[in-house]
Amino acid sequence: MPRKSIEDYLKTVYELSQNGATVSTTDMSKALKVAPASVTEMLKKLADKGYIEYSPYHGTTLTETGRRIAEKIARKHRLLERFLHDVLKIDSQKVHKEACEMEHSLSDDAEESLCRLLKHPEQCPDDGKEIPPCDLMISSCEECIRLHNQGLEEVGKHNQNLVAMTHLKEGQCGKISFIRGGHNVLQRLLDMGLTPGTKICVERVAPLGGPVELSVRNSKLVLGKGVASKVFVEVERTS
Amino acid sequence: MSCHSCSYLNKKEINQKTSKRLKIALAGNANVGKSVIFNHLTGLHQHIGNWPGKTVERAEGTLHFKGYTIDVVDLPGIYSLSTYSLEELVSRKYIAVERPDIVINVVDASVLERNLFFTLQLMELETPIIIALNQMDIAKNKGIQVDVNKLEERLGIPVVPTIAVKGVGITRLLEKAIETIEKGPREKPAEVGYGEEIEEKINLLTKALKEVQVVYPRRYVAIKLLEGDEEIEREIERIAPQIVSTAKKLADEIKSIHGHSCSTVITSERYEAAGCIARAAQKLVPPIRPTMGERLHNFTTHKITGYLTLVSSLLLVFYSIFTFGDYTSGLLSTLFNGLEPLFTSAFGTGITGSIVWGGIMEGFIAGVTIVLPYIIPFYIILYFLENSGYLSRIAFLMDNIMHKMGLHGKAFIPIMLGFGCNVPACLGCRIMETQRERLLAAFVTTLVPCAATTIIILGLVGKFLGIQWALALYIFNLLVIFVLGRLAFKVVPGESTALIMEMHDYKWPHLKTILKQTWFRVAEFIKIAFPLIIAGSFALKLAEVAGLLEPVAATLSPITVTWLGLPAITGITLIFGVLRKELSLVMLAALLGTTNFAQVLTPVQMVVFTLVAMFYIPCIATIAALVKEFGWKKALSITMFEIVFAISLGGVALRLLTLVA
Repeated sequence: MPRKSIEDYLKTVYELSQNGATVSTTDMSKALKVAPASVTEMLKKLADKGYIEYSPYHGTTLTETGRRIAEKIARKHRLLERFLHDVLKIDSQKVHKEACEMEHSLSDDAEESLCRLLKHPEQCPDDGKEIPPCDLMISSCEECIRLHNQGLEEVGKHNQNLVAMTHLKEGQCGKISFIRGGHNVLQRLLDMGLTPGTKICVERVAPLGGPVELSVRNSKLVLGKGVASKVFVEVERTS
Repeated sequence: MSCHSCSYLNKKEINQKTSKRLKIALAGNANVGKSVIFNHLTGLHQHIGNWPGKTVERAEGTLHFKGYTIDVVDLPGIYSLSTYSLEELVSRKYIAVERPDIVINVVDASVLERNLFFTLQLMELETPIIIALNQMDIAKNKGIQVDVNKLEERLGIPVVPTIAVKGVGITRLLEKAIETIEKGPREKPAEVGYGEEIEEKINLLTKALKEVQVVYPRRYVAIKLLEGDEEIEREIERIAPQIVSTAKKLADEIKSIHGHSCSTVITSERYEAAGCIARAAQKLVPPIRPTMGERLHNFTTHKITGYLTLVSSLLLVFYSIFTFGDYTSGLLSTLFNGLEPLFTSAFGTGITGSIVWGGIMEGFIAGVTIVLPYIIPFYIILYFLENSGYLSRIAFLMDNIMHKMGLHGKAFIPIMLGFGCNVPACLGCRIMETQRERLLAAFVTTLVPCAATTIIILGLVGKFLGIQWALALYIFNLLVIFVLGRLAFKVVPGESTALIMEMHDYKWPHLKTILKQTWFRVAEFIKIAFPLIIAGSFALKLAEVAGLLEPVAATLSPITVTWLGLPAITGITLIFGVLRKELSLVMLAALLGTTNFAQVLTPVQMVVFTLVAMFYIPCIATIAALVKEFGWKKALSITMFEIVFAISLGGVALRLLTLVA
């Protein structure tokens, strides 16, 4: 299965399900201009790979992995549109098609440079769609810039396959990769022993999105959900 | 700075010549048994106050030992010596500036790594230290065996194992402390060896600081500058700004090597060093089956049994405080009222007699009947819950709900207590970490309908309009708490602190420590509240005798009659309600000459009166508690806000209700 078509499918699901609803096969078929039968077949394959959840009569939703790929590609697409339109002055009618081709070969580094060059744009020129944020762990570019101006700091390194601590299940362990937060909170977390590279295990999660209890350095800590969601860990494979 | 340290030196020399007086400071993490050791050392010779100009508590005591008079200072429980909280700043300043003869670092043997992280920072302050390796019994139960000799050897400082709750090792600790002081400065204890590239920069900065006079040791200043410590930066900026910029440059270099900020690298390495010492000194034998405490922990934080335990223990706490309070309060009232004839015979029934009895004595009685029966058991239970570790579990379970009001889990305790009495609730706000959160929590608790307010709601609306209306008012009250809490959270400036706390193992608290803590709190409260209550009561009585009540009611009538649509007489009763809220209803009955309020008040008036009574002011004892905790200005702002809020609310309610009815 070529990467391009995986990405196109995931992007389509992503765009059609912007408000979180499931996407029907008919809508997919219309958007992709592909016969419904082919769409169904492809969706099954994507479901097998774990990118989407698909059930024949209910439709399709993205899994976490699928959503990430889709967001990334949508972001590249929209950044390219901006670039083609704003810098190269290409007609806004044409930018979409052009970007569709280029998005699959744009590297992450180039994407980042593009984002900086364009000064963190938020919307596309042709349809005003929102450009997904520069970092998947921040909900919008605006937030990214705002937090940056506020003196938001980060401790640690970004890495692939990171999840927020709040996504760990009870009993799951991981290694702290990076933490984001205001100066005071960061210092506090470090002082409590949550330094990058430290192994933590989630002991218990309070119901209804309450705080997380974790064990670290032979002791137990409780972090409110807000803080815990800003601590990103590399999940340890349970063997 | 240089002056300060000089004068201090002279003072110390004189001290040593004239008397054998020593200064010992206790330092350590929260909940490691520091206050238990403090209590063992000082007994009742304690004084609890605040650090000058700070809202941080300072506990001091004196003891006599081997011909020495020893002053002991119990520093607040902290995890680090950075600038995260006032407590941390106060502690490091104290150690650096006042130079105690020795610091006893109380270390929890069951959480060695985290505790040693703090020890290493104390050592960087280059102060004489000995370690009280406490909670050896808990560590043993958890399967942790600590090799005391090895720990001593690794750290290069004396270590004395203790079990403070049982009094084990305390005398030995004191002996060792004296011995260490008498021996004088010994070879340098071990220090954290940071990575080569960091050490190099520390040395560079230490050299640059050679000419600079500071209270802190130079190596410490160098490390803190690299960490970007705001307070130290400010201080050095004043004397030698070029060093601060050099430090910033060096810190950036470290950042580029490691990819983390310099403070992260230094903290990580310090933790590594602590972990290394801990691993060398302790042997872990995993316990065969979970300990009792662990099973209790699992049960009390479980998503079903946890909440069940929470609800039932709260009900039990409530029930016991109020049964006990009610009974004792009644008993004391009868007792005091029995004294009235004695008074009347001494002072006569004339004006003097009525002022002395009705003013001063009634006020005193009100104070005694509130403080002793309700506040004492409250404190005992609060400290029991805190010292045993259950408070942390409550915070864990309730964090989510309290967060919606911008507060975190711990705030649940004072708010819940507010339903009984706002006074201990306001004082209980101390369990919050920052001044901002204490204030927010206290504001919210003053809006909680206390037992006296409940009497008004039930006695007026509940009795004459039906219980469903009383319930509706109660729910409305909760809604107001929620909305105003959120608003206050938005309005009061400052960073909201999230819940970051250590979950300690359950332990059986030391009862004597609880009783002492209770005693000091109650004594403190009596000092603040009694004069206010008595003065308030006296002033009211005086006004009554002088015939000022009628004119006051008339002056207030634009508010009471025109805006609120109530009988003019309510102006007087609401003033009395400031003393004790239920008095506003009692007085209403007395002044209207009937307890059948349906004859004199319309249903709408009843609702409006109750609404106003619910919110219009914290009672005088609560105001006293607010003054004590937050000062006059904030106490008065809260009071003024609530007066304005209640009156506006009452007026709006009147118009809406008339429209509906």
